[in-house]
Amino acid sequence: MTALLYGWIYACLLVSLTACVVRALRYARYPLHLRWELYPVPHEEARRAAYGGSRYEDTDWWTRSARPNLLGELKAMGCEILFLKGVWEFNRSLWFRSYPFHLGLYLLIFTGVTASVAAVAPALTPWLHPLYKAAGLAGAVLVLAGAAGLLWRRLRDPKLRNYTTPGDVFNLCCFIGTVSGLLFAYGSQSPAAPSVRAILRGLLAFDTSLELPAALAGALAVAAALILYIPMTHMAHFIGKYFTYHAVRWDDKPNRNERSLEAKVAECLAYKPTWSARHVGADGKATWAEVATTNPNTGTNK
Amino acid sequence: MSADLKLTDISRASREPLTHVVNEELMPLPAPFDSPGKDKSWKPLAPRTIEACECSLDNTCAVSIPRPKSLEEEQVLVRQFAAGLDKLFSKENNWTFLQPLILTMEHCTRCQTCADSCHIFEASGRNEVYRPTFRSEVLRRLYFKHVKGGGLLSALQHGDIELNWPLVARLIELSYRCNLCRRCAQTCPVGADNGLVAHELRKLFSMEMGIAPKEIHDNGSMLQLKTGSSTGMTPAAVKDNMEFIDEDTSEKTGIKIETPWDVEGADVLLLHNAGEILAWPENPGAFALILTAAGIKWTLSSEMAGYDAINYGLWYDDAQFARVALKHAEIARKLKVKKIVIGECGHAHKALSVIADRILTGDMNVRRESSMALLRDIVMSGRLELDPSRNDFPVTLHDPCNMVRLMGVVEPQREILRKICPQFREMTPHGVDNYCCGGGSGFAIMSGTNFPDWRFHVAGRKKLQQILNAFSGCLEPETPKYVCAPCSNCKGQIRDLLAYYDLWNKHKILYGGLAELIVNAMTAAKPGFIEWEWH
Ligand code: SF4
Ligand code: SF4
Repeated sequence: MTALLYGWIYACLLVSLTACVVRALRYARYPLHLRWELYPVPHEEARRAAYGGSRYEDTDWWTRSARPNLLGELKAMGCEILFLKGVWEFNRSLWFRSYPFHLGLYLLIFTGVTASVAAVAPALTPWLHPLYKAAGLAGAVLVLAGAAGLLWRRLRDPKLRNYTTPGDVFNLCCFIGTVSGLLFAYGSQSPAAPSVRAILRGLLAFDTSLELPAALAGALAVAAALILYIPMTHMAHFIGKYFTYHAVRWDDKPNRNERSLEAKVAECLAYKPTWSARHVGADGKATWAEVATTNPNTGTNK
Repeated sequence: MSADLKLTDISRASREPLTHVVNEELMPLPAPFDSPGKDKSWKPLAPRTIEACECSLDNTCAVSIPRPKSLEEEQVLVRQFAAGLDKLFSKENNWTFLQPLILTMEHCTRCQTCADSCHIFEASGRNEVYRPTFRSEVLRRLYFKHVKGGGLLSALQHGDIELNWPLVARLIELSYRCNLCRRCAQTCPVGADNGLVAHELRKLFSMEMGIAPKEIHDNGSMLQLKTGSSTGMTPAAVKDNMEFIDEDTSEKTGIKIETPWDVEGADVLLLHNAGEILAWPENPGAFALILTAAGIKWTLSSEMAGYDAINYGLWYDDAQFARVALKHAEIARKLKVKKIVIGECGHAHKALSVIADRILTGDMNVRRESSMALLRDIVMSGRLELDPSRNDFPVTLHDPCNMVRLMGVVEPQREILRKICPQFREMTPHGVDNYCCGGGSGFAIMSGTNFPDWRFHVAGRKKLQQILNAFSGCLEPETPKYVCAPCSNCKGQIRDLLAYYDLWNKHKILYGGLAELIVNAMTAAKPGFIEWEWH
């Protein structure tokens, strides 16, 4: 039974991780796109980033350094990841629901990591134990409160009605159900039941002699299933967000005739479009380069 | 009416419009326009238009798609749309925007944070049809259902929608109810982009189905590629017009100027929106004077398309976009100029400087810069003697989205105004948080059926609110006021907006470019370059 649970947890983690990597690779492998940045871009020079300015505010901007302001970018990323700054700024009422939810998830991840460290380094347990115990409890409560708040908003706010699918409700219910299950399983187990650290040690060492109460085993199995499910849905926006920010909104890298960039462009210009409108003149044989140099009025390169 | 609207209503078979904007629901404006119910009445669609065209979105027609004559014709159009949908998500057809588009399709959390940032949604009285995510959500459902081939599980996760001709017809119009200003994208916590969705839908309609408003396709990019300019001006005509402008400017200012043409190896190839030459000749005149007075070796080009910076393809068609951008670069390359400087035209700024950047490879990558930066350098260098007291009237600044939020040219124009206009005041909000004038993405030149009524009542309403607020306290007609709009399209929209609400006659609010204010302050020129007359 324990072996089966371990196997299920490992399988879920593995598939989930693979799905995340596959998704990230899929996004990374799309061809180069045209620039579509949106200001402010935080890696612009600090004085400019503050108001959303860019290198185009300078005459002969190409003669100046193109080195991005990495500190500015890191700061913006940190504020976004740690505090959901965008939601705070533009949708305060959502922030009060979304932030506890996300913070709760961070705390649960932190709990998993610190308890695993304690499992492999028992000497650290006295220091880590109170930390992950508090983080785990706070994380679970915050996820529950946040998910319940988000669900309430979804179901009650008329402006969200058109934009709420059964999947959205189901996803939030999954979090509420899973975390409630974990809290219940821990809260109701006897003092003799294995601790979080013991479970993680058992999992890491594949120690099947560990005996888990049925409720806890069930809750852990459901939690693993949720981890498996997340990257299959738009809840994987933590992956998408990396690309929407770094590869689109903040991708202001100018073309300075670098060979690598020009090679990518050449590859794209060799694609053969099949758009059907007559003025495009794409017959599936002409390349983008040819289409772009054809005058639709004459059909020639004039 | 709009509050009860369901997303799936877009497929509703009836020809009844999904919504009808009524004045009472519009966002209130400051006094004296604080009663939306008393706003100007709309021109109803002519029965002939309703009979002949698809107007089933909102009782307004921007594209005026002819009604299919039979069910078979409808089915053909739906099949074309479905084919275009597949192409929109293929790298061979849409490598240009594939990655951003897919990210937007797959990661919207449907939180509606973006809604409050959209001037069209807000000004319409939060009409559901104009919510930034309304059209995006329709495309998203189509994407998961038809491109990804999702079944029941996908429908439960992403929602379902029926693809039929009413949906396609409404979506065509709906793609032209967005200014592509991307203010909504700026506020999206996950970086999804509803402006991009409208842009991509327009591309699908144009590049697959050959459907686009005639003002931006037939009379826009096609005409530019045929005659050299969307104004229809040929190279000979543009030279004639500029000669006239030179004479007029020399006479007005007392400084002799002569526009140089096709100067090989010039430091600057100045690229104006040709609309300026016809509609606001004082702007190219002012540029000629400033560059000459500053001792810059500059030139205009009389090559086909070399005298018109516009690139309407930016709004609706990648092929047309690339063709015009390559022409501009080729002209500069042949002339061996050191750089292209883009005049007061926001979309031309963005098109040639940013969007075309990656397709201008090798020696086609002629350096391009903003006229805002060049004018700022000239003004700040002290090369011109300027007397701010000549501009001692209230001035406010409109930020063209393409130049500011989408390109980051924020401060140069402000530095100039702070130096030469003692009564300069900002709009709220401004800079990269600005609101579109309501003419963006082609609307400023679109005037079919009753579209102008929509353009002024809804799309331009927020800008009107900002202008009135910027001049609150000096709205009396005795004080002349100036809205500085350093962009041809914005200027056109603001002109039409001010005229529609009669703000020149009632409140003496004029509009114009930035270069005109500089010349107006030049002590070497006769005073009064800005003529306080409606034009
Ligand atoms: S586009 Fe962004 S802000 Fe708008 S609903 Fe989607 S996730 Fe939310
Ligand atoms: S791009 Fe601008 S006009 Fe279009 S939906 Fe977004 S905010 Fe509204």
